[in-house]
Amino acid sequence: MTQSLKELGEHVAASLPQDVTATAILHGELIVTAKRESVVRVLGFLRDDPRCLFRLLADLCGVDYPDRAERFEVVYNLLSLKLNQRIRVKVATDEDQAVPSVIPVYSAAGWFEREAWDLFGIYFSDHPDLRRLLTDYGFEGHPLRKDFPLTGYVQVRYDEDQKRVVYEPVRLTQEFRSFDFLSPWEGMNHVLPGDEKATEDGQ
Amino acid sequence: MSAAAEAEARIKSFTMNFGPQHPAAHGVLRLVLEMDGEVVERADPHIGLLHRGTEKLIEYKTFLQAVPYFDRLDYVSPMCMEHSYALGVEKLLGIEPPPRAKYLRVLYAEITRVLNHLLNVCAFGLDVGALTPFLWGFEEREKLMEFYERVCGARLHAAYFRPGGVHQDMPAGLGDDILAWCEAFPRVLDAIEELLTENRIFKQRTVDIGRISADDALDWGLTGPMLRGSGVAWDLRKAQPYDAYETMEFDIPIGKNGDCWDRYLVRIEEMRQSLRIIKQAMAQMPGGPVKVNDRKVAPPPRGEMKGSMEALIHHFKLYTEGYHVPAGETYTATEAPKGEFGVYLVSDGTNRPYRCKIRCPDFAFLQATDFMGRGHMLADVVAIIGSMDIVFGSIDR
Repeated sequence: MTQSLKELGEHVAASLPQDVTATAILHGELIVTAKRESVVRVLGFLRDDPRCLFRLLADLCGVDYPDRAERFEVVYNLLSLKLNQRIRVKVATDEDQAVPSVIPVYSAAGWFEREAWDLFGIYFSDHPDLRRLLTDYGFEGHPLRKDFPLTGYVQVRYDEDQKRVVYEPVRLTQEFRSFDFLSPWEGMNHVLPGDEKATEDGQ
Repeated sequence: MSAAAEAEARIKSFTMNFGPQHPAAHGVLRLVLEMDGEVVERADPHIGLLHRGTEKLIEYKTFLQAVPYFDRLDYVSPMCMEHSYALGVEKLLGIEPPPRAKYLRVLYAEITRVLNHLLNVCAFGLDVGALTPFLWGFEEREKLMEFYERVCGARLHAAYFRPGGVHQDMPAGLGDDILAWCEAFPRVLDAIEELLTENRIFKQRTVDIGRISADDALDWGLTGPMLRGSGVAWDLRKAQPYDAYETMEFDIPIGKNGDCWDRYLVRIEEMRQSLRIIKQAMAQMPGGPVKVNDRKVAPPPRGEMKGSMEALIHHFKLYTEGYHVPAGETYTATEAPKGEFGVYLVSDGTNRPYRCKIRCPDFAFLQATDFMGRGHMLADVVAIIGSMDIVFGSIDR
């Protein structure tokens, strides 16, 4: 399994040297990192190449890494029925850089891209219908970004006087608590004062 | 006829709102239909009315606390939702559940499949005008949910499949009752089939409605019975077997025409195949523990906690801090009753998932409504949606 995945990764990297920047195998899954502007070509190749035939776009999603220079990662999970293999294609982007839409390759990408736009604010160029998908009509912000608070900004309630649903700033009766379990007692890897003088044999 | 009169005689296309509180909308679907008389020109599903931000919430919970959220995705097949997640976390942790846990998972995954298909087949019948199967189907569902309750204490929101195995072992006598039900159920299935399968009205409503070719089905990301109805013999339980499916013997039913009727027939046959798997799982079920013997992942037994300080500490740590999962990522998918249910899990080495993307099969199905419904009558759109087997808990997340 791993051997065939490795060969597949090498085949993809060799066929698209301009577009693929890295391949890796993690937990028995093949990961291909591609350039943002060539994602349509990479996915088109993976779909049509006789040694790939990844005909099914299983999933497309965004991931937010605020520490990176290009904070978003768009992840495409493809499935080949012919090879019985999966492959994951990743491209990096940020708030301003558009990712080319892959609808010409997979019709299924339409809603997945709308979802990524809605939840992360990743812009997909040439998308025919890039509206919000999951959030409320008139919602502002992109909730799955790491800097978006879990409790959100607005809450709704039915107002008896106005006879309609009104939006209000969120009010918490108890402050939001998020416990940090990264205990200093476990997995401590910094050097305690004085320890730097110790030698290997305990002298 | 003059030009003005001709323009007047032409029926203007108009927009119609279908749902979100229509009984055939299967929950909270709002469908904006552009109609040309009775014919649908464009269907625009508006989803998100049940959006609860599950993926965001999971990022703030420990890996174990995330399990119950999965029950609330597709609440018609709760345990199959947990299955992908449990397998994904196990992959990241590098652990494998004991054999008995694997068989228990297969057993309950198949019970869940029957549970799901029963609801779908019967609700589909209801959508196209058959009330009786719905009543019979729910009686059987009630029995199955009783099996749920007996093994985990809850009828719906099970939280039974957990990373590292299952929560607890089956109580005595449950296995015999499941087998007894397996003997009785085919008769109910026959009765439902007698009312639906060859029924003239049912066939008029479903045959050749919502046809989708195998190529289109792949292009639109359809999986499960939707794909098999179009004649593609693809089942993750066979192709990429997980847990104990490798040792199970069963057939994959496929359709010929990819219409609503074929999808219905595929589901009926899958229920019969599930019974086969349930019987095999019961027959082959090994003894032994039901969760990994690793106190850092699975809690110690109650009895041990009464006497052992270490066990008590482990228990406390597990249910407050949880376990830390090594950094990494995985996309793990299982064959849920509706299709490929995948979880893309990213861990950064802490006790919480960094990102947990949930890939629901019905999300892709509903997207294809426009493609499949175009040019059909309004009433056929109801049949198409009914045959898709959609549940909004998982679409909206």
